[in-house]
Amino acid sequence: MRKIKAIEEKFFIWLSAFMTYSLILVLAFIIVVIFYKGFDALNWDMVLKTPRGGYYYGGEGGVLNAIAGSLYIAVGASIIAIFLGVPAALYINVQLIRYRKTQNTIRYFLDALWGIPSIVYGAFGFTLMLWMGMNASLLAGIITVALLISPIMVRTFDEVLSTIPKGLYEASLALGSTRTETAFRVIFKQGFSGFITAALLAFGRGIGDAASVLFTAGYTDNIPVNLDEPAATLPLAIFFQLGSPIPEVRERAFASAVILTFIILMLSFIARYFAKRYSRTNLK
Amino acid sequence: MGIRRVLADRISGVWMITSLVTILALPLIIGAGLYLKAAPIMEQQSLYSLIFSSKWAPSTGEFGFWPFIAGSLYVTLFSFLLTLPVCLLSAIYLTRFSSPFLIRIMHPVIDVLAGLPSVIYGVWGVLIIVPAVSEYIAPFFGTSSPGYSLLAGGIVLAVMCIPYVLNMLIEVFKTVPTGLIEASLSLGATHWEAVKHVILKGNIPGIISSYGLGIAKAFGETIAVMMVVGNVVKISANPFDAAYPLPALIANNYGEMLSIPMYDSALMFAAFLLLIIILVFNLIFRYLIHKTRKQ
Repeated sequence: MRKIKAIEEKFFIWLSAFMTYSLILVLAFIIVVIFYKGFDALNWDMVLKTPRGGYYYGGEGGVLNAIAGSLYIAVGASIIAIFLGVPAALYINVQLIRYRKTQNTIRYFLDALWGIPSIVYGAFGFTLMLWMGMNASLLAGIITVALLISPIMVRTFDEVLSTIPKGLYEASLALGSTRTETAFRVIFKQGFSGFITAALLAFGRGIGDAASVLFTAGYTDNIPVNLDEPAATLPLAIFFQLGSPIPEVRERAFASAVILTFIILMLSFIARYFAKRYSRTNLK
Repeated sequence: MGIRRVLADRISGVWMITSLVTILALPLIIGAGLYLKAAPIMEQQSLYSLIFSSKWAPSTGEFGFWPFIAGSLYVTLFSFLLTLPVCLLSAIYLTRFSSPFLIRIMHPVIDVLAGLPSVIYGVWGVLIIVPAVSEYIAPFFGTSSPGYSLLAGGIVLAVMCIPYVLNMLIEVFKTVPTGLIEASLSLGATHWEAVKHVILKGNIPGIISSYGLGIAKAFGETIAVMMVVGNVVKISANPFDAAYPLPALIANNYGEMLSIPMYDSALMFAAFLLLIIILVFNLIFRYLIHKTRKQ
């Protein structure tokens, strides 16, 4: 009996350790595969040129149109999300600080909102676009992605703000500042590392999401100049090129995947660095 | 107090509450928008026949979504079966047995896995999982498969859902008071028995909700699944057959939907259905999780 127990324990601890380490291996495996496959086709032309004539038959060019389009959409959407998300998160943590129940209910709905898949946002963006009489364009893409990332922005920022001690808020009010001043000058500053993390997380989500821009942003070989022009995006560039029967174009899909993965990994590193750096001077 | 400070306070107060209300009203607005678009098809066909009919012929006006719903259900089921042991065991290991060093490594690993765009998972699936299914896994079970199959979709989805579910499970397990575990250890239980009886049995609602939310996420995932699942309209539970999940249907046909009558309405109905299913899942399981957190 004792022996069986000991064996069971050994076995399960060993098995769960194996599962945990295998997750690290899976991540390494995914990144190695993407970089290994894409590295051959990756060159400066890919990053610095837009598609030329015959690009989709293996001709010259690159995916600069998609890189620029993705950056435009992600930057635009992040700005909107910041203007919506920061005040919303501050409101939860300043004005509602005395109403724990309301706070929790709001967090509950925000969490549920986070779960809505991007394809639904895409379909909604599409109906919104038709309703407003727009075509697939940079603006429609920006609005849709902004709606997608706003809840992420609020909830991530809120998670950090909620750890700020209540005394700080009380001290600020006691010194005679208004609630707004407390929110933007004291609480925002204290939660600045959370703001950076939230903004970068939302930005990364905006760059990487394909299903929401599929309907709304369109696709073009040019870099968009105006808000009403269609815009190519990196995830869609990967998706479309991968669907091509021509091996050279497929190779380029892999190279584009390297570019996208690189951007996402860099964002993740930057977010970690800033989160550490800006939380050093915080009051504990 | 200066009038300007009061004014600034008022204005930004309005701005703050407007933003919050806008974001909170988002599901209602999205739902209403999609419902209005889906209304024509719901008038033409009964809800039952839309969902459970398997006749799919948009050009003749027949819209039965069952093949797609079934495709979504099966691919989600396979991903669930794969995530189940991995997440549970890793979450136990990370909260009970692992060294602090491993935890420090695992945080960025989980974050990066959760942050990789779904199209990257799709590329990885096309490069590795699809050939693996057609060349190794299918022959091993004595059948043949083109590779683009439910199983490939399930594997890719599982890898995408693991960081998500794992994170929530770790949160749930962390709420177990150490004293409870120590009590069971002092009564002579082995470490594993303490895990089984205290951590697992005490957290059943939390565990179920973590997986429920993982399932909801898998159900709505689009691009990665679409790239590896084959997109063939048929109903089959055979993991080596291709399928056509609901999100893939919406994403694949946005180009033609304005040229066939009622097609756009049908696709918006699909999006509406997806929204309702996932929202209901999220509301139920998030509620359970919030409740466990309060205890």
